[in-house]
Amino acid sequence: MAIAPYRATRLQAVRSLGDRLDRAKLDLQEERQYHQGLLKLYPKNGTLEVIDEDVSTEVGEGLDEWAAGKILVKPPDQLELTEAELKEEFTRILTANNPHAPQNIVRYSFKERTYKPISYVDQMAIHFSLNGNMILKDSDEGRRQNARLSIEAEKPPVEDSMIISEETEIKDEESTEDIQAAGEEEAEEAGTAEVAEAAEAEEPPPLRPRERKLANQFNFIERASKTLNNPLRDRACQSEPTPCKNFSATANQWEIYDAYVEELQKMEKSKEKEKPRAHIAKKEEKRRGRKSTSLESQSDDITKVSKAAKIMERMVNQNTFDDIAQDFKYFEDASDEYRDQQGTLLPLWKFQYDKTKRLAVTAISWNPKYKDLFAVGYGSYDFMKQSRGMLLLYTMKNPSFPEYIFSSESGIMCLDIHNAHPHLVAVGFYDGNVAIYNLKKPSSQPSYKSSAKSGKHTDPVWQVKWQKDDMDNNLNFFSVSSDGRIVSWTLVKNELVHTDVIKLSVEGTTMQGPEGLQLQTLGCGTSFDFHKKIDYLFLVGTEEGKIYKCSKCYSSQFLDVFEAHHMAVDAVSWNPYHMKVFISCSSDWTVKIWDHTIKTPMFIYDLNSAVGDVAWSPYSSTVFAAVTTDGKAHVFDLSVNKYEAICTQVVVAKKKNKITHVQFNPVYPVVIIGDDRGHVTCLKLSPNLRRMPKEKKGQEVKKGPEVEIAKLDKLLNLVREPAGQAGK
Amino acid sequence: MADTGEGKKEEADYKRLHSFPLIRHTDMPEEMRVEAMELCVTACEKYATNNESAAKMIKEMMDKKFGSSWHVVIGEGFGFEITHEVKNLLYMFFGGSLAVCVWKCS
Repeated sequence: MAIAPYRATRLQAVRSLGDRLDRAKLDLQEERQYHQGLLKLYPKNGTLEVIDEDVSTEVGEGLDEWAAGKILVKPPDQLELTEAELKEEFTRILTANNPHAPQNIVRYSFKERTYKPISYVDQMAIHFSLNGNMILKDSDEGRRQNARLSIEAEKPPVEDSMIISEETEIKDEESTEDIQAAGEEEAEEAGTAEVAEAAEAEEPPPLRPRERKLANQFNFIERASKTLNNPLRDRACQSEPTPCKNFSATANQWEIYDAYVEELQKMEKSKEKEKPRAHIAKKEEKRRGRKSTSLESQSDDITKVSKAAKIMERMVNQNTFDDIAQDFKYFEDASDEYRDQQGTLLPLWKFQYDKTKRLAVTAISWNPKYKDLFAVGYGSYDFMKQSRGMLLLYTMKNPSFPEYIFSSESGIMCLDIHNAHPHLVAVGFYDGNVAIYNLKKPSSQPSYKSSAKSGKHTDPVWQVKWQKDDMDNNLNFFSVSSDGRIVSWTLVKNELVHTDVIKLSVEGTTMQGPEGLQLQTLGCGTSFDFHKKIDYLFLVGTEEGKIYKCSKCYSSQFLDVFEAHHMAVDAVSWNPYHMKVFISCSSDWTVKIWDHTIKTPMFIYDLNSAVGDVAWSPYSSTVFAAVTTDGKAHVFDLSVNKYEAICTQVVVAKKKNKITHVQFNPVYPVVIIGDDRGHVTCLKLSPNLRRMPKEKKGQEVKKGPEVEIAKLDKLLNLVREPAGQAGK
Repeated sequence: MADTGEGKKEEADYKRLHSFPLIRHTDMPEEMRVEAMELCVTACEKYATNNESAAKMIKEMMDKKFGSSWHVVIGEGFGFEITHEVKNLLYMFFGGSLAVCVWKCS
């Protein structure tokens, strides 16, 4: 808007003319009237009034309306005028003459040497002046500038173009003239419009697409500022190149042929090797006695490590149980010397396994070949709480984890390890089945097992015993069960063949059933033992408390019957040295020692609690151990004390635990006992419990079975003779 | 005569026995290796007479499956030295007379 500055100038001028006028009014009025060239002022108080001939009433009315809502603020010194006074009109005519300008100015004229009045008086009074730096577009000056600018803009393309037309030349000339003319005008500072008009006529200001501000060239400042540019920065990153490798080869027919032939040979070799290799691997595994359950799914790689792992495990255990191992080997209870005859049992390792926590130890047996290895059978003696069973084999070298683990659906009640084949374990189950576990086979299932078809027992199997191989060199074992049968099991061509050896018919109990049927009650066998020398002879303990002396040859008759106990016979066992003597124990709290030729017991010991198991020691004919359900182990040495145990000791962790079984190690002076909570404890016999006859000076101490037999005989004679005499 | 007969028999035998794909060298992961191998076999069987087409097919399929810039060479006799991205190389024989080299290098 080229108008704006101009208007401002005028506005200022008016203000200076009447300072007291309301500014807002003026603004509005001026806004409305300016374009008409009118200026009308309505001072309400009427001190000053500018009246124009062309006053439009409309505008005046509009103003009144506008002012109606406003409260007029009066200066305090304003005259109070009546309505009539206010209505009175004072007409003043403003002229261009300056009333203050002196009318009679004289100036001394040197030419004429007189004062001369000056006719010309400057009437102009300047109230405000402002130099605008803009010029009106429509003014002469503006037109000139426009023209000049247009030429300047056109010039460069003209110069650049190769062809210069006549028209442009003419234009150039004209424009130069124009500029010259403008220059003259400016120099004169006179508003001679003639030339400009001519220029205007000749060439109207060219239309420009973009309006340009026209600046007053003589009073013009252009200001500019520049903001700081943000500095630019370079940043770069590079991803890691994918790793590359070089590869080179040559392919030709003979290379391809060779590769194929080689591959085929390899395949053939591997095929050949596959079978034997598998066999060898399995055998090796068995030989090294690896854990059998976990092997099935393992690959060769792991089994390779397993040997190292096993050694490592042993080493760790050796470290952990170093003090116990030292005790086992070297500790001898020094206090025994002062204790006269009494001895003690020193607890060594405890064997327990998570999965057998709730099962009772139902059978334990040392391995006849590996003196540190023993088998433990787990099941339950409680009729109401029958569940699964387990067969574990522990070694004293690793008390923390079993060497072999087999689990079965039915509880294991008894087991026996074959003397000649220490990897074969015969097992009797609560459900009446018998089975053979092969430690060499990695499977967790028994190698052979009886079934309902093959004549299994109908009641729990209470004891199994391996026998010498039969005539055809077949492996065979006997089992006794509470169904009254004693069965011989023979392993023929991978099958268990059963033969009933004897039925324990109880004499005089044949009952007359309905319809003339003869029913025979059978004695319930709970334990048996075979004579060491006399092949056919064996003893059977029953639930009724009787002990039958039987022969393998007679299937219906007994050689003898001992009215041994009042309750079930838990164990019978022949003395390892003396061929006539055997021991029995029962839940009626007693342990009895017998001569099988005499019907009455030689010794009777009452232990004040049900006796779970009894075992002869392997080193002396007169030493045996018995365990009772009150958690005590009793060790007797008849040669030391015929009447009392030389050691009675509580050997379970908790009082509630009942001891179920005991076994002497065939070589070391230790016993293992099992309780009904699945714990197996190893105990060392103190020196008093394994005392041998003292050496006398000059006399050689005799050793061997003869001595042991003589020792026991001597004792027995003490008992026999009075009995014999009484009999006579 | 017997000799030639035997020779023929041997040849037949050879062809029969040596028809399986034999991986000579590879550093591919298992899954990729199997897929690539099967692809090579398919391509070689499909274009039994035209190695170029077979190579093209293998290349295109590998590009599609495992990202671009695979290279394939198929021939009965050639030597090569290549730079390949690690775990992206398969060099195998097939059909008793063909060598196939597949590698990636972008």
